[in-house]
Parts: sequence; structure tokens; C-alpha cells
Amino acid sequence: MKNILIILIIFLIPVKSFGLIEVDITRGNLNPLPIAVSPLSIDEESRKNFQNILKKKNIGSEISSIVEKNLKVSGLFNPLDKDAFLQEPDIANLKPRFEDWNLIKAQALITGKVSYVDEKLRVEFRLWDVLAGKEMMALAFTTVPNNWRRVGHIITDKVYERLTGERGYFDTRIIYVAEEGPKTQRVKKLAIMDQDGANNKFLTLGNELVLTPRFNPTSQMVTYLSYFRNLPRVYLLDIETGTQEVVGDFPGMTFAPRFSPDGKKIIMSFAKDGNSEIYTMDLENRIVEKITNHPSIDTSPSYSPDGKFISFNSDRSGYQQIYVMKSDGSNVKRISFGKGIYGTPVWSPRGDLIAFTKLHKGKFYIGVMRTDGSGERLLTENFYQEAPSWSPNGRVLIFYRETKTDSKGKGFSAKLWSIDLTGYNERQVPTPTDGSDPSWSSLLSN
Amino acid sequence: MKLSKILKNGFLIVVACLALSACATSKKSTGQMQGDVYTGTDTVEYLASGVPDRVFFATNESVLTTASRETLRKQAAWLRKNSKITIVLEGHADERGTREYNLALGERRANAAKDYLMTYGISSDRISVLSYGKERPVDSGSNPLAWSKNRRSVTVKAN
Repeated sequence: MKNILIILIIFLIPVKSFGLIEVDITRGNLNPLPIAVSPLSIDEESRKNFQNILKKKNIGSEISSIVEKNLKVSGLFNPLDKDAFLQEPDIANLKPRFEDWNLIKAQALITGKVSYVDEKLRVEFRLWDVLAGKEMMALAFTTVPNNWRRVGHIITDKVYERLTGERGYFDTRIIYVAEEGPKTQRVKKLAIMDQDGANNKFLTLGNELVLTPRFNPTSQMVTYLSYFRNLPRVYLLDIETGTQEVVGDFPGMTFAPRFSPDGKKIIMSFAKDGNSEIYTMDLENRIVEKITNHPSIDTSPSYSPDGKFISFNSDRSGYQQIYVMKSDGSNVKRISFGKGIYGTPVWSPRGDLIAFTKLHKGKFYIGVMRTDGSGERLLTENFYQEAPSWSPNGRVLIFYRETKTDSKGKGFSAKLWSIDLTGYNERQVPTPTDGSDPSWSSLLSN
Repeated sequence: MKLSKILKNGFLIVVACLALSACATSKKSTGQMQGDVYTGTDTVEYLASGVPDRVFFATNESVLTTASRETLRKQAAWLRKNSKITIVLEGHADERGTREYNLALGERRANAAKDYLMTYGISSDRISVLSYGKERPVDSGSNPLAWSKNRRSVTVKAN
């Protein structure tokens, strides 16, 4: 976890804007762009070196299959079958024979080369527009060999950005709660993994119940709820060093924590005498402020990306609904007015939407609405699902879903799922155990 | 006279039928639930003979039912007799709600029980409150009866 390494990025050729291929990510993409990901070529000596260090037979192919899988999972691209490729990887990287790639219907082509230089992994790659017969982008990275998976994610981010015009979300991690055991006695641990499910690592042992981990958007700090010593409290965890501390000194349960967008405050609920209110604590000067003041349940707070507003859910109208207020607690306005119960509002990193969980007629929905409550759109319906978290570019939501048990109470599972903002491309996110409460990190590089 | 008597009896029978069918439709339970509050004893344990350890709630509610108040009065009497015992009130919710809201709801339910015990003379020093939200169901079923058993506040001896 220590190796959040600086990766040297060199632009091989200045990127010029041609009128080349573009991928529209604003609507459900029913015709993903056909793209050929040629395996990164590698010289025999470098291949042997990396085989010794990383125990991978051909690191070039390994990296390109990460790129290929990322592109496929995004739903925007259709990586073509390698068996159909006519040109050798090393030659393709020098000068693609566009007519060959055109023949297999590729519209874009990724080529590249890996080499072992001064005990480091050096990767260069190029993105080509097959129809125009032009190079769109060329970049090179140098990093420690262990970072090879991240290189694959960074290449994907660069390709995604070049073709869609928006930042990617592949060089990111997910923190979540790993779950095991019977439904009545679940053992829960904090776990972290790469966005594609690789490098899964447990951060707690499962001795105490842990819930709702959330990343600091500006660093690799995490805030979460732990039942350590049977006292449910909000904790702050540095995942680089493993150190953790209780947030604030509250005489009762604190829960539902999140960071402010600048990472300097934690906002959370504090429950006392049957009443839950929202508080903030400044992590530098430890000053605690009470934000809401109402005898109802006020919880699940989430800041707008500019830090000026807070959305939360409250049952002050009788049932859970979503409200927005200024960050000092003034101007409280209810924004959810549709049929049903609304909870877990989370402000999009782009600022224009709030994602939420909705319960209506016995079904749970993940949906989005504008920040004034208009334009409600339900993305997915199921027996139980909740807790959406945004990808850093605001294009994908990750959440968790639980299954209905049978008449004997068997068959329970909890899994992570993702769906595009368009409502398309719903997928289960692989985890080694059951999982819930996912939170998406910001981009690790840059 | 005779006719009117027959008619009267007949009317009575009709009324009785209506009442029965009304009962049958409005009860909508197996005898273990009233409305959606659990009234059975499957999951109940006892703090002492005749002192049930838990009370049950309607969906989204933290209001104590008549039966819950009776249970809590028994607990209060037992606690007055055993003045050294301290307790934890563990508040729970069913799985049909978001995790964070359910934590708050569990806390609110346990506090409803705490407030009632205090009105029967139990000092707040002897009571602590712990919400588990929906994290510790007693019944793993995904049906209304299972959910009714899980919406509860359980009084647990702490010492």
C-alpha cells in the first residue's frame, strides 16, 4: 500500500487535436466502439527479467489484458478478439497497417512496448485512429515493476480521456465492508481493493463490527464506524500507516461519517436520547459544530463538491426524505417529493446530481435527481440495494445489493454492483467474500 | 310477533357473520402479529421468571405498544428488586431500511424503552443504550413475520 508511486509520464509527441474518433458517454451506449488492444511488445531479455521479478510469463500481455478488461467493463468499448489480429505487436507499434485493422472492423487501436530499464518498468503506448490512419496519443511511463497493474489502469484512463473527453476512473480503489458468516451473526471487516477487484486486502480482523467506510477525496485517509469495545463511534484511519483514532469525544453513538470535499472536516451523525443530529468536526483544530437542530432523525449527510451545501435524510415529515441545507445548517429545504421513502443522498463530484436510495412498494431503487429535487431518474430496481458511491468522474455508481432469503431463511448474500449514470451497464463487482458499503477513491495518479 | 322475532334473530345472525368476516380480514396475521407488531414468543428470553427481555415495534415506529409497556413494567419491578443490576438496551431494526437510518432508529427504539423504565423509577445510571441498527437480526427470513421479530429492543444484563 506504500507504493503510491510517482509515475513519470512523458508525452512522446505533443497531442494535437484532430477531428478524430469520439465516444459519447452521456447516453446509454448500445454500440460500444470496436477497439483493438494489441499486446504490448517486449524484448526477450526484458521479458525474462520481469518473469523473474513478477512471476508473470509475459508482462506485456498481462498489462494489455488489464486495459482490455477495463475498456470492456466500461461498457463504452468493445475490445476485439486478439486471434483476429494480423499484425505483430512490435511492428504495429512502429507503424500500424491500418487496412489490416480496418478489415477486422477496429476503429481504434492501442499498441505499445514494455522494457526493463535500470530495474524499472518502462512502458510506452500509442492510440491510433484506424479510419483516419492517424496517431491520437503517445505516452511513456516509468515505474517500479510492482506497479504493473496500475500502469494498465493509467493507460486505460488516458485512452478513456482522449476518446470521451472526460477523466477516467480506472486507477482508483474501492474501500468496502467484507462480510462472512450467517445473516444473524455477520463478521464484517474493512477491505480495500483496486477498482477491478484485484489486490484485495483486509484492513481489520473482524473482531468488531465495522460499517460505512468512506475515502477522503483528497488523500488515502478513510473514515468509518466501528463497534470497538461495543461503543459505536466514528473513526479515522490512515490506510498507509494503519494508525487510527476516534473522531471527537461524544457521549454516545456517532455514525454516518463522510469527509468534506477539502478533506479537512468530518461530517457525521450523533445520536443521543433518541434523537440523531448532524455534526462536523474540524480535523485540524478539533472544533465540533452542531449543524442540524430538530427532534427527528437527521443522518446520512453528504457535502456538495464546493462545500457550500449539505444533503441529508431526515424523517421530520414522518418518513425519511432528502433535504438540502447550507453548510452552516441554515435554509433547510426538502427536495424529494416522489412516492416512497428516500435516503442516503450522495452529491455527485460534478455537482449537478444527487444519487439516492429509494423504497417504494416493497422495492429498493438506486436513482439520481438534480440538486433541487427535479428530474428524478431511477437507474435500477431490486429486492434490496442501497448506498450509492460515485466514481471520481461522476459517470458510474457503485452500491451494494442483498438477496431475499428463502422460506427457511437461507440464501442470503450481499454483493457490490456498479451501474452507469445512463442506467446501462449494470455489473457485479468481483469481491473474494460478500461485500457492502462500497466507497470509491479519487484517482490515485495526478 | 313470531315473524318479527324470527327476523330479529335472523338479523342478529347476519350481524354476527359480518363481525366475524371483518375480524378475519382485518387481522391479517397468523396469531403472531397484530398489525405488523410481533406478538409471539418464539424469540423471547426471560430475565427472570415471568419477565420477558424484549419489546417489539411497528415498521419505522418507536412507539411502545400496550403489550410492550406491560413487559417494561415487569422489567422495572424486577430491576427495583435487584437494585445492583445494570442493563444495556439494545435497539434493532429490520432489514428493510438504509443502514444509517436504521442505526438511528435502533437508538430511538432503545431510548423509548429507557424513558419508560425511568418513569417507573429506574435510574438512568443503570441503563445504557446500544443500537445495532439492522446488523443483528434474530430471524434471517425475508418476510413480514421475520421482520417483525427483528424490530425490537432487548434488555440485556450488563453485570
